[in-house]
Amino acid sequence: MAMFDEMQADGGQVRSAYSTLDGWLCDEDAARLRAKQREAEDLFRLTGITFNVYGRVEAEERLIPFDIIPRIISAREWQRLERGIEQRVRAINAFLHDIYHRQEILRAGRVPQEMISSNEAFLPQMIGVAPPGGVYTHITGVDLVRTGPDDFFVLEDNARTPSGVSYMLENRETMLRMFPELFSRTRVRPVSDYPRDLRRSLAACAPMAHEDAPTVAVLTPGIYNSAYYEHAFLADKMGVELVEGHDLRVVDGRVAMRTTRGYRPIDVLYRRVDDDFLDPLNFNPESALGVPGIMDVYRAGGITIANAPGTGISDDKAIYSYMPEIVEFYTGERPILQNVPTWRCNDKDSLAYVLAHLTDLVVKEVHGSGGYGMLIGPAASKKELRDFERKLRARPGNYIAQPTLSLSTVPIFTSKGLAPRHVDLRPFVLMSPEGINVTPGGLTRVAMKKGSLVVNSSQGGGTKDTWVLED
Amino acid sequence: MLGKTAGGLFWMARLLERAENTARMIETGQRIALTRAGSGADDWLSVLQAAAMSQGYLDKNGEIAPDLAIDWMLRDPDNPSSVMAVVAQARTNARLVRTALTHEAWEAVNSCWMRLRDALARKVPMRDLPKVLSLIRERNALVRGAILGTMLRNEIFDFIRIGTFIERADNTARILDVKYYVLLPSAAAVGSRLDNVQWDTILRSVSAEGGYRMAIGPDVTPRGIAQFLILDKRMPRSLNFCCDKLGDNLNYLAKDYDMRLPCHAQADTLCRRFMSHDINAIFDYGLHEYVQEVLDHLARLSAQIEIDYRFYG
Repeated sequence: MAMFDEMQADGGQVRSAYSTLDGWLCDEDAARLRAKQREAEDLFRLTGITFNVYGRVEAEERLIPFDIIPRIISAREWQRLERGIEQRVRAINAFLHDIYHRQEILRAGRVPQEMISSNEAFLPQMIGVAPPGGVYTHITGVDLVRTGPDDFFVLEDNARTPSGVSYMLENRETMLRMFPELFSRTRVRPVSDYPRDLRRSLAACAPMAHEDAPTVAVLTPGIYNSAYYEHAFLADKMGVELVEGHDLRVVDGRVAMRTTRGYRPIDVLYRRVDDDFLDPLNFNPESALGVPGIMDVYRAGGITIANAPGTGISDDKAIYSYMPEIVEFYTGERPILQNVPTWRCNDKDSLAYVLAHLTDLVVKEVHGSGGYGMLIGPAASKKELRDFERKLRARPGNYIAQPTLSLSTVPIFTSKGLAPRHVDLRPFVLMSPEGINVTPGGLTRVAMKKGSLVVNSSQGGGTKDTWVLED
Repeated sequence: MLGKTAGGLFWMARLLERAENTARMIETGQRIALTRAGSGADDWLSVLQAAAMSQGYLDKNGEIAPDLAIDWMLRDPDNPSSVMAVVAQARTNARLVRTALTHEAWEAVNSCWMRLRDALARKVPMRDLPKVLSLIRERNALVRGAILGTMLRNEIFDFIRIGTFIERADNTARILDVKYYVLLPSAAAVGSRLDNVQWDTILRSVSAEGGYRMAIGPDVTPRGIAQFLILDKRMPRSLNFCCDKLGDNLNYLAKDYDMRLPCHAQADTLCRRFMSHDINAIFDYGLHEYVQEVLDHLARLSAQIEIDYRFYG
């Protein structure tokens, strides 16, 4: 498979976006860079940017590996990505509104009825509910991969509670602290406005008119959640309270937080808790993370929940395969960003094809995430292939399959110098009645192992600072 | 501010103060062991008692051995009040209230925990003990410095200070409670070797041996010690000093919130009833009874603050 390296063209010459970095690297001493790499890790530990790995007994806090070589995107490349992302998020939001109201897209036959009605991610409690400002997806993290100069594919639309934005911000802070001279030579667009933009965007979605600024809060499952650091980080940078379920209760028809002076109502809740745990009265009765009755307040227009409950139906992997139709249906335009060709295994012919080509394909669970429960055909052992074949035959509707893309590479710094590794990109997108805002940059995840295509942090992936260059 | 956050700040400060006090006790015990011939198990027992850790220690180890006593106070995983356990809990509280702390304050707490986790990963050999103890003190001083130097003087700061001074008062009162008998006039066979050791222990446990000389003079007497540790307003670990500061920070909150609560009345009572007499009156009343009542009052005040400011619901 031909591999696309973002820094070096096939002939070995460095692409123009990377030329300044390349010049700087040539002058740098490898020992100094190694020391910088260690310094970066110390900085991360001190700040406490750690995550907890699910499925491990010890509640150990681990660092996500950070690589000091930035990933660089030219102004021209970014312009096109930005337009494509905006178009996609607009379409997703329109799709969600439609699915929970008139369901025109089903009537038009562009998406089959059963994709919605039998989908676990569809929330009947949201039918007919109008979220404040008409916004469902306040925050989206669109996962992109690249295979060639102009070939960007959307791998996933994370429209529930995408995480990783704190890494985007802290990676940049760390780079600024370690390599100030590099930034004086290159014009990199800043990402540090994100927390302020997030707060403004959330406040603009408040349910009712306010004299004072609306009260925003971040809802976290607590300090043992794998992304707790990020929840605290965002609340801190936005200057809002970080609350847990037991800090909240419904008082006089509003959701209120327990302060040292009594209960105070909240207007906008940026929740980092899944739908299922949001409200034990309306969803999972076992949940201790949520707020009993919050859905009733929400339906009565007393609070904004970001993202809206039920957005999972739009980033479901089975719905994903219909995204080109969805984008066209609601925007009237051709999709700017491509979808990865996807076989839906509940279709008999597709299943037959997938089973016949299992060694070439990536197979994913429709509702899975984080790189769990997926099969990478080319890298799988005979036993893994056999096991997956059995699973596919037993519950074909639970799986989709995609070709193994040859993800682009960007060099990482290793003990033996620079070495190419596969990457993806998650830009973060804010939506409010005032418009859509794509932060210039995002989270670049990198597979630290040679040849590996899995970039998930839970599976040993690392991160890089992502530079979008000024025009 | 969230009630939970107020509680997290209060406990973070209490636990850090406790860790430092425990380290100081170990230092005292070690100093006595090294400088006084013939000292032994009894001295370590009284150090464990002053740190309120003797029961757990005896349940596990049966008899007193200096290295085991030190390990128990520093890092034994079975001791939930060891320096390591207490610092870990303080850091968990700091994580919980991360949004209320400045970057510097959080990093100071986090690095305190990281450094101690490394230093206390294994049993500390005797020759490394001074280094480890000063590390604990230094790291705590860094946290205090970061808090004093970077935090706004607002409700957040008040809850931190309230936690600090309740814990400190409690600690000083506990030392007096365990040692009151060596301060009683009947036991004052002045100048006996045993008494000198005991008095030295008391002063060193609150880092007061130098302060005492400066404030009171070279002659160490039971009455002087009691006066210094209970009533002296210059001494930052005396009961009077701590109660005074406690009252100040509670009053700032009352003013800030425009709300006087039951805890304010309790704090007033504490100062009025226990800190306004002279030392003779306290001895007449009974030192032991007096200290017991102060401890009791501090515990009730702490519980009342939790209720009044809705730490838990």
